[in-house]
Amino acid sequence: MLRKLRIILAALVFAGITLLFLDVSGVLHAWLGWLAKIQFFPAVLALNVAVVAVLVVLTLLLGRVYCSVICPLGIFQDIVSWIHGRRKKARFAWKGELKWLRYGMLALFLVALVAGVQVFVALLEPYSAFGRMTQNLLGPLYGWGNNLLAWISERADGYAFYPREVWVRSLPTFLIALLTFVLVVVLAWTGGRTWCNSICPVGTILSFFSRFAMFRPVIDADKCKNCKVCEHKCKASCIDIARHKIDYSRCVDCFDCLDNCKFGALQYRFAWGKSTGASPAAVKGTKAAQDSPSNTDAGRRNFLAVSALFGAGALAQAQKKRDGGFAEILPKTRPERTVPLTPPGSGSPKHFYDRCTACQLCVSACPNGVLRPSASLEHLMQPEMSYERGYCRPECTVCADVCPAGAILPLTPEEKTQVHIGIATVNRDLCVVEADGVSCGNCARHCPTGAILMVHSVADDPQSLLIPVVNEDRCIGCGACENLCPARPLSAITVNGRSTHIIG
Amino acid sequence: MDRRDFIKTTAAGAATAALASCSPAKKTPQAEGGEMEIRTNPRNGDKVSLLGYGCMRWQMKKDEQGHDVIDQDSVNELVDLALSRGVNYFDTSPAYLQGQSEKASAIALNRHPRNSFFLATKLSNFSDWSREASLQMYHDSFEDMQTDYIDYYLLHAIGRGGYDAFARRYVENGMLDFLQKEREKGKIRQLGFSFHGSQPEFDALLATHAQYHYDFVQIQLNYIDWRHADGVRNVNAEYLYEQIDKLGLPMVIMEPLRGGGLSKVPAGVAAQLKERDPDASVASWAFRFAGTFPGVLTVLSGMTYREHLEYNLRTYTGFKPCSEEEIEFLDRMARLMREYPIVDCTHCNYCMPCPYGVDIPGIFRHYNNSVNCGHLPQSHEQREFARLKRRYLVSYDRAVESLRQASHCIGCGQCKVHCPQSIDIPAQLHRIDHYIEQMRRGTL
Repeated sequence: MLRKLRIILAALVFAGITLLFLDVSGVLHAWLGWLAKIQFFPAVLALNVAVVAVLVVLTLLLGRVYCSVICPLGIFQDIVSWIHGRRKKARFAWKGELKWLRYGMLALFLVALVAGVQVFVALLEPYSAFGRMTQNLLGPLYGWGNNLLAWISERADGYAFYPREVWVRSLPTFLIALLTFVLVVVLAWTGGRTWCNSICPVGTILSFFSRFAMFRPVIDADKCKNCKVCEHKCKASCIDIARHKIDYSRCVDCFDCLDNCKFGALQYRFAWGKSTGASPAAVKGTKAAQDSPSNTDAGRRNFLAVSALFGAGALAQAQKKRDGGFAEILPKTRPERTVPLTPPGSGSPKHFYDRCTACQLCVSACPNGVLRPSASLEHLMQPEMSYERGYCRPECTVCADVCPAGAILPLTPEEKTQVHIGIATVNRDLCVVEADGVSCGNCARHCPTGAILMVHSVADDPQSLLIPVVNEDRCIGCGACENLCPARPLSAITVNGRSTHIIG
Repeated sequence: MDRRDFIKTTAAGAATAALASCSPAKKTPQAEGGEMEIRTNPRNGDKVSLLGYGCMRWQMKKDEQGHDVIDQDSVNELVDLALSRGVNYFDTSPAYLQGQSEKASAIALNRHPRNSFFLATKLSNFSDWSREASLQMYHDSFEDMQTDYIDYYLLHAIGRGGYDAFARRYVENGMLDFLQKEREKGKIRQLGFSFHGSQPEFDALLATHAQYHYDFVQIQLNYIDWRHADGVRNVNAEYLYEQIDKLGLPMVIMEPLRGGGLSKVPAGVAAQLKERDPDASVASWAFRFAGTFPGVLTVLSGMTYREHLEYNLRTYTGFKPCSEEEIEFLDRMARLMREYPIVDCTHCNYCMPCPYGVDIPGIFRHYNNSVNCGHLPQSHEQREFARLKRRYLVSYDRAVESLRQASHCIGCGQCKVHCPQSIDIPAQLHRIDHYIEQMRRGTL
């Protein structure tokens, strides 16, 4: 009964969170966004005291149900383990706690957190690891599925679906997600909840409370026939039938043991203050999970160099006037930004990168193709903004709406257009007014704050073409100018981040 | 004969129109379900079908490299059908369809006897006005079309760039003298020009007839441009018609449908047309109108698909000219259509390729479609605004790749000189872009 309830709740939560990461329509965030906000570690970073308190009380009350029902990575491991379990029964047996690994990982996590080495935090944090896997590995499949529906929808003259571009936003992050996926699947396939009980820092933190949980599965030694079915079924390998003990620091309240005991020897009941489970058993030489996926070198895509070669002749007109056809459009290359651009609402790059757990929820939600994981070593996997595919549109606040970790704080569209996240600068040599000798002003035409002025390219010559200049004070750094600049592959007007976002 | 009288004459029926220059001579090669209307060229007696084939809109497909190429099979099929039903005038240009039209049209036509059709092409020297380049273009046409003579040869789109451009493209480089000699040699059977422009240019141009002795003129005529051309950049077709008719020159009609604008009319206009004649297609009104005037030798229609051709054959076999009352009715429709914010683009693609990659005709087509279907979101207070907005934006992305949308028009104006409709393309693109931006931001 309890097991069925656990499975139903877990399935709902898992489906919801997965959809949240995959959604391309922007509709689901309003309905499912809360699922991200109740995740333990993002709530800690967001200083969301209420959520953290509720989760701690929940664990003190019922044990680590969080790991079975709320954590998407935990549920994912249950699914992998269940698939294996359908083919092979009696996979588990009591194992001692891998203390050195468990507390070592937690220590590493905390040190990294305090020292600001966000890469380790992002790697170990379970919700973020799940988000990265979903966004990078399942996202493309979902995107192609959506595009297929869009294709059908277009032919049926409907407007329910429309195509979205499917692209790898960052190769290093993709590879890390792939490695995490392989590691988690292998661990779950062979050892059930090994990740949760030996590596996951959130699991370890919750274990401090679950040891003292009021309700927990208890073995009635009188009824127990020592058949060991429960021990063989325990994904956490935390039931020691030989001593009729359960290690509550590792039990995730999956209730598989309860349902499988034919003799009713296991019960989930109020047991506060009773002896808390297993005595520490000797650590056997079980294979230690090695968790550090190699950080692939932050190699920039080398098409930059290639496209630069084509750059020169790209916009040249055909010699003979023929009607029709399209001019080739080169892809934009990313300008160098000495200060990274982070979304309005993040306050400053420092505030943003201190809190972001690299879950990729904002990356998958950004409808303008602006956010993508950084490839720099310093901020590996944490998002940054760039304007090659779109710009930060004034009416959009999606990233701030979805961020569960408080790295991007919510704001209204009106507030957003008041936040100065960067400053644009003009490179006159690249500007088509100078380079092609044509009038343009596309940047000024699209600037939402009127920060770009068109002035005579030759001062005091009223005949000369108009060229853009930036009024730094009014520029908010949205990138409309950079994105819509006709100069390719490098825009003639580019935005650099501000080290502190200014409001007003 | 003043206009009123003339229309009365027309209204009396096709037979009375024999008074005017192009006498209908009803001798068709063969016809299923009626006979193709035939007009006689008063200058040389050519028996020309009133429906002419415009070879600017053949069906395109992608080749292995992803380039646009003409679908030759469909051209062959359509040409065969057209010839079999009496259509015998084919109008092309070295500039059409990225320069592929002449060859593709000729491949299809040359499978038939050369004397079974009239071939029209043009000196489309838009980018290079030198004598060498112009001569090259002239000779290339013969080469590309594998022919010894051209029946109707036109100076292409005079009026764009004013009289000055005409002088530089054809007079100062000696091309017009050369072409007259070619006419004497029989390489060109009839020499004329196509016109897009304002009235002073037109008057100046027509005055040169005394010197060059044009054989025919090609003009834009349809029930909007008849009396509702914008008057600044284009001239009312009624005026053009009367002036040319005075000289006794036959006229070839282009844009009878305004590039499809008169088949995709606003829903309110379509309802009125259909109410008058539920069986007639919306487009057939425009084709009947253009053929009504007796000075018209042939009406060009760029028929891309078999259905276009079949519908037009229905109109021009057993042709019924518009009555005076119908002409007034169409004039009311024209006035009504002028109230809509439609862009006068005929999708001729002369403006393309835009050097900055913008899909100019695609943007205008999408916008006009939305206006005509009544799907244009107008205000965020409007009922169903959210649905209309989504529909507009999704269909916009489907119709025009995002990198080729109006937001990428930099306003350099290089397209403007090429537009035969004299549309201020950058201004219109910026208007549409601004409108979409307001819609996106919810400030409409």
